[in-house]
Amino acid sequence: MGAQSTTFADGVREAGAIVTFSGRVRDVPGGLDVMEIEHYPGMTERALTQIATDAMARWSLEDALVIHRHGRLAKGDLIMMVATAARHRKDAFEAAEFLMDYLKSRAPFWKREITADGADWVAATDADEDALKRW
Amino acid sequence: MNVLYFAWVRERIGIPREEVNTEAATVMDLVEELRLREDRYAAAFADIAALRVALDQELTTFDASLSGVREVAFFPPMTGG
Repeated sequence: MGAQSTTFADGVREAGAIVTFSGRVRDVPGGLDVMEIEHYPGMTERALTQIATDAMARWSLEDALVIHRHGRLAKGDLIMMVATAARHRKDAFEAAEFLMDYLKSRAPFWKREITADGADWVAATDADEDALKRW
Repeated sequence: MNVLYFAWVRERIGIPREEVNTEAATVMDLVEELRLREDRYAAAFADIAALRVALDQELTTFDASLSGVREVAFFPPMTGG
């Protein structure tokens, strides 16, 4: 995703502030073998486009980028990244947090952790849902 | 209409999608219909508070109308990011 960040930055020459955030697969107690991420083809693209469009409308951004992987991932693998470009850092930081919060609870992805003990769907948390109230 | 299931909803019902012929007026009516079919549907739809629904790929609520809808999807709260 380093290449993605560079490409994004190259496309927003006028922006004084660029924020990028990358999320990676965390290990779990007992040791993670694989993380599987299921998604809803079609709705995923619509949801990600909508979230990025909302961010562009709310903050003064030159551009916004959202990438989310699906399928089988190993611990330490990158799951997703968001990038925002703005004239000033406040817009870039806030919009990046907004993109993250919405990506967690409003984009149709479901994580499943596979360990030696079996496979468990990751449960959504109240904290993730509460995070949306900020916006 | 085309009905899709994801994550543990898909696992409990045992299939990812199916064509359902229904006269259900709302999502909740459809859920009631499916619950009566077989135990695996009753198990998947036991707790509506633990489920989310999308109509034609837009999130909505269980009281939403199915009029003109082509695709219904049921799934647990999303866990992206």
